[in-house]
Amino acid sequence: MIRDITIGQYYPADSVIHRLDPRTKLAGTLIFIVSVFLFHTLPGYAVATVFLAAVIKISKIPVKFIFKGLKAIFLILLITMVFNMLLTPGEELWGFGIFHITREGVSMAVRMAIRLIYLVVGSSLMTLTTTPNQLTDGMEKSLRPLNRIHVPVHEIAMMMSIALRFIPILLEETDKIMKAQIARGADFESGNLIQKVKNMVPLLVPLFISAFRRANDLAMAMEARCYHGGSHRTQMKPLQYKRRDRLAYMALFLYFAVAVAFRAAGI
Amino acid sequence: MLIELKNVTYTYSPGTAYEIHALKNINLSIPDGQFIGIIGHTGSGKSTLIQHFNALIRPTSGAVLYNGEDVWEENYNRKNLRSQVGLVFQYPEHQLFESDVLSDVCFGPMNQGLNREQAEEEAKKALLQVGFKEKNFRKSPFELSGGQKKRVAIAGVLAMNPKILILDEPTAGLDPKGRDEILDQIAELHSVRGITILLVSHSMEDVAKYVERLIVVNKGEIAFDNTPKEVFSHYKELETMGLAAPQITYIMHALRDRGLKVDPNATTISEAKEDILRALRESGSPLLKGGQAE
Repeated sequence: MIRDITIGQYYPADSVIHRLDPRTKLAGTLIFIVSVFLFHTLPGYAVATVFLAAVIKISKIPVKFIFKGLKAIFLILLITMVFNMLLTPGEELWGFGIFHITREGVSMAVRMAIRLIYLVVGSSLMTLTTTPNQLTDGMEKSLRPLNRIHVPVHEIAMMMSIALRFIPILLEETDKIMKAQIARGADFESGNLIQKVKNMVPLLVPLFISAFRRANDLAMAMEARCYHGGSHRTQMKPLQYKRRDRLAYMALFLYFAVAVAFRAAGI
Repeated sequence: MLIELKNVTYTYSPGTAYEIHALKNINLSIPDGQFIGIIGHTGSGKSTLIQHFNALIRPTSGAVLYNGEDVWEENYNRKNLRSQVGLVFQYPEHQLFESDVLSDVCFGPMNQGLNREQAEEEAKKALLQVGFKEKNFRKSPFELSGGQKKRVAIAGVLAMNPKILILDEPTAGLDPKGRDEILDQIAELHSVRGITILLVSHSMEDVAKYVERLIVVNKGEIAFDNTPKEVFSHYKELETMGLAAPQITYIMHALRDRGLKVDPNATTISEAKEDILRALRESGSPLLKGGQAE
């Protein structure tokens, strides 16, 4: 049940995308996100679709696996679409009482849906092909200039990597606690909202305690190895751009140029 | 006949890179009243196996029957099944949540529909049965020692009066004294209350001493299912599975190889002692001349 959440999960496979430098993938994701907002017509979305499909194909991640992650945002998607459809003023297509569906509303809703889906798919593609450690390494290195203005880049990156690392652990823990309580007759499904919230107590208390214990143990283990942050730390595998990264950047800039051109031409 | 597994297969994350075949075509029946041990190397599938017994996980294929009824039928009352087949997980931290021990143990019985008073009665009975002192009933479960937490966790399931009690490594992380106490109390539950016990363990000594039937799980399959004596006579094969026979079995084999006519299949220390004394007497060994071999 709970294992099905795929957002933020890493999917091991042997592909060019997996081997790319994390900084390339970060930049790529950023460019893709911007492009999704630059495009605003069907031909534009078609370009984005082709780009996304190509990346998925190269990454060797089963399409089924990527779309499983969309289940989690299904509700948000639905609410966004409904609100957009009903609340955008314009030429009325269908009306009932205070509800008016307009042509502009429908087109807005479809655009919003496409954007949301592409945002989630695009960014989950990054996490699926990059291990959390690589990701934070990439972030740390990309943001290093901010050190000059006293932003604690390394500390932020470390916190992020720990947080990411703990997601699967806590998910697994939740699963185990749920099972232990179900074995004692707990019920996490039926009942009204208040009942359901009450039923969560036997799950949340052990989960919080375990999270605090783990955090404490980790802090202790880090201290025992004399960890003390930033400045003079070296890396075991320093990040280095390779030929494939340069090629990837070229493809990305080409794609971005197309997006800008589309916007400028108003297509 | 209580629980029956028919051609049960279980696969984690089928169709992805994480696919693991945890169980392969398992056939097993757990009749009433047995004291069964389950051993297997880490990752052998034994934890997955025991979660099938109370319908916590659904087999990818195959059927789980309880008293002849398929527990994954549409209208089957799985909540009721779980109060008949009690499962105690390895880490008590995963289930303790209440502010005091007694309330925590009441959680199970109250989920069965008992009121607070009745539940407390069951809880007290269960706590005393696992050797938990009455003066600690009002303590927070989080300030207890590992062994005491374990007792509370076992009592939490026992208070639901299950017909079968499955314990996943109840002795992990305990000192020898605590381990013996808990195992003795479990054995007592079996002999006094007649509960069927399934004991998952890493310790060959433990299972050899207590169980009457031993199931060895290896790589998702059942490698052996027989009396401990019989299973441990395959100690060479057990070693290839990352397991071993009790240490005393090795001693007995070594003694026989040196010419003492002992039965190498002795699996407990007391059994071995009797047998060595007998063999020494029969061979007229000078070691016994003083008559003070003990």
